[in-house]
Amino acid sequence: MSTATNASRPQGLRDVLEGSRVVVCCGSGGVGKTTTASVIALEAARAGRRTVVVTIDPARRLADALGLESLSNTPTRVDIGPEGSAGEMHALMLDTKSTFDGLVRRYSADSDQAERILANRFYENISSALSGTQEYMASEKLYELAEEGDWDLVVVDTPPTRHALDFIDAPQRLATFLDHRLYKVLMTPTRGIVRAVNVAAQTVVRSLSKVVGGEVVADAIAFFQAFEGMEEGFKQRAAAVDALLGSSETAFILVASPRADTVAEAGYFASELANHDIAVRALVVNRVQPRFGAAGTGIGAAEARQRAETLGGTAIGSHFRALADALTMADGEDENLRGLTGQIAPAPVVRVPVLPVEVTDMDGLAILGQLLLE
Amino acid sequence: MNPAEFLSEAGLTIVAGKGGVGKTAVTAAMAVAASRAGLRTLVVEVEGKDAMASMFETGGLSYEELELVAAAEAHAGVRARTLTPDDALLDYLADRGFQRISNRLVGSGLLDIIATAVPGIRDILVLGKVKQLERSGQQDLIILDAPAAGHAISFLRSARGLADAVRAGPIRAQADEVLELLGDAKRCRVVLVTLPEETPVNELIETAFSLEDDVGVSLGPVVVNGVYPPLEGLEVPAAEAAASAGVHLLEGEADLLDSAAAFRSARRGIQDAQLERMAEVLPLPQVHLPHLFTTGVDRGDLELLADALIEGIGALEAGAGA
Repeated sequence: MSTATNASRPQGLRDVLEGSRVVVCCGSGGVGKTTTASVIALEAARAGRRTVVVTIDPARRLADALGLESLSNTPTRVDIGPEGSAGEMHALMLDTKSTFDGLVRRYSADSDQAERILANRFYENISSALSGTQEYMASEKLYELAEEGDWDLVVVDTPPTRHALDFIDAPQRLATFLDHRLYKVLMTPTRGIVRAVNVAAQTVVRSLSKVVGGEVVADAIAFFQAFEGMEEGFKQRAAAVDALLGSSETAFILVASPRADTVAEAGYFASELANHDIAVRALVVNRVQPRFGAAGTGIGAAEARQRAETLGGTAIGSHFRALADALTMADGEDENLRGLTGQIAPAPVVRVPVLPVEVTDMDGLAILGQLLLE
Repeated sequence: MNPAEFLSEAGLTIVAGKGGVGKTAVTAAMAVAASRAGLRTLVVEVEGKDAMASMFETGGLSYEELELVAAAEAHAGVRARTLTPDDALLDYLADRGFQRISNRLVGSGLLDIIATAVPGIRDILVLGKVKQLERSGQQDLIILDAPAAGHAISFLRSARGLADAVRAGPIRAQADEVLELLGDAKRCRVVLVTLPEETPVNELIETAFSLEDDVGVSLGPVVVNGVYPPLEGLEVPAAEAAASAGVHLLEGEADLLDSAAAFRSARRGIQDAQLERMAEVLPLPQVHLPHLFTTGVDRGDLELLADALIEGIGALEAGAGA
């Protein structure tokens, strides 16, 4: 449970990163989380640290920009150029299934048990289709790197979700799922006290078999049977992951765009985190409309709009319209962000403007890095 | 094409696109356009989000249908409801006489186990329920706001996956019926939404091919959100443009205007390049919606977007996109 800092001067994102060993980038889909996470890892590497970033489904262009055509589930070193010779950056793309397979191998009593589980169809479904598995494996990967790797900073991108806590709760939730009493209920049908419950449960299971087919139910039961004895290991691991996420060395960074709907979602994230006693340590707002000219100078949106109307049809009228459109956007974004900024205070807010070019390579990422940390 | 004719070509339009591209706004604007074109429209939302309701400036959506636009002279009316996978599963069980075990299923966590045992079952049940609504004939058009991100593909692919995995039984029958619906261009069409930027366009192209190849759905025109309207004369330096119009600029104003013009032209250049690239790779017509320079969509914006949709549809050739 990260406590608010007592620093006398306001912290910037750079201070937050310097004081952290783990950074979790969270936020809704489409706001540039993966890019932000990568740029953070890159900048920390350029500052001399040994960093690794866990990406979730990076866009092809980002993987290309990092010079990693085929990211895998293990860290691959990224060429960050001569400037960053003191540090190192590595990147990987989360592979949910192989991460889960690794956990099964780790906690199984012997290789027979591991193989029985890995070959089960219900297990295959868990690792690909059970909601929350991706979040679970992202935090598992994070834990694995933070505990076992020799990293100064682990940065993790999170799967797009509406609930900040999906990521935090996933290990516990999955551990509970894996410990489901369906198995116990079915395997101990004659134990005196619970007998009545079991009969009812078996009725439910029989009804289900009629709807979804006996095969799939049999697969599920076989899975829970094979899993016997491993629940405890998974639970302990989940508790350890939870402790790491709550540690003061872990910084949650909220990533948002300035659009009203994503700002609302970010606000919801922040309050969910607060309910879990986790403070947002910084807010990164991507793709902000740049304001032209120094703050407080020049004309306002309404005046620019009016002049555009008066001068309609002329080239200078178009100029005023372009300015009016930009100022209207910038004003609206400021308005949207006001509440959120207050909500997460005193955490710093970094606004990364929309660039006039697309980021396609390391130089582009470096420009984003400067904007992020300036 | 005539908008009413175009919008009623299929009884179900599925709007899909990645998070952040404005899929929900397009869904809402399409509903307004359809209502104006005389179609009684039902919007179905599957993620339990509030964004749609706030665009219509009404309270949140729920399982019960809510009127978003009243039927009146210029409107046939828009209603909306949510349909979450859990709703759909419970409905499904109730329809088959398993009502009394529903509570146990939810309470015991067995629902999660079912969904895991039969991946795609949540999606198939949602689509099955949508098919039921489509068959009910209580509206002229259903617009389904599909799940975001990569989920759109797995959502639409769920029927094929289940049909392959489950050999018989009621779930298999449901999957077959959904496949029939998805594959029938007269009943169902998918409209993909994107932004005119590199990553969203790349993802749209991949999604489009994947949906056509793997799911066999009919794709409607691509809706491109946030296209900068053209502005003539931005290439002329502001000072010169002002002089030729006899306008006096204040100190520093020319620089300000030049910066704004350069930014706008650069972004517009990126958009043009991406739209052109998409047109080259993807043989689907495009309908462009203007950038509104607002940061949130309200009821008035929906009307503007509906205008643009109607205009864009009007410009399509008959039979386009099928």
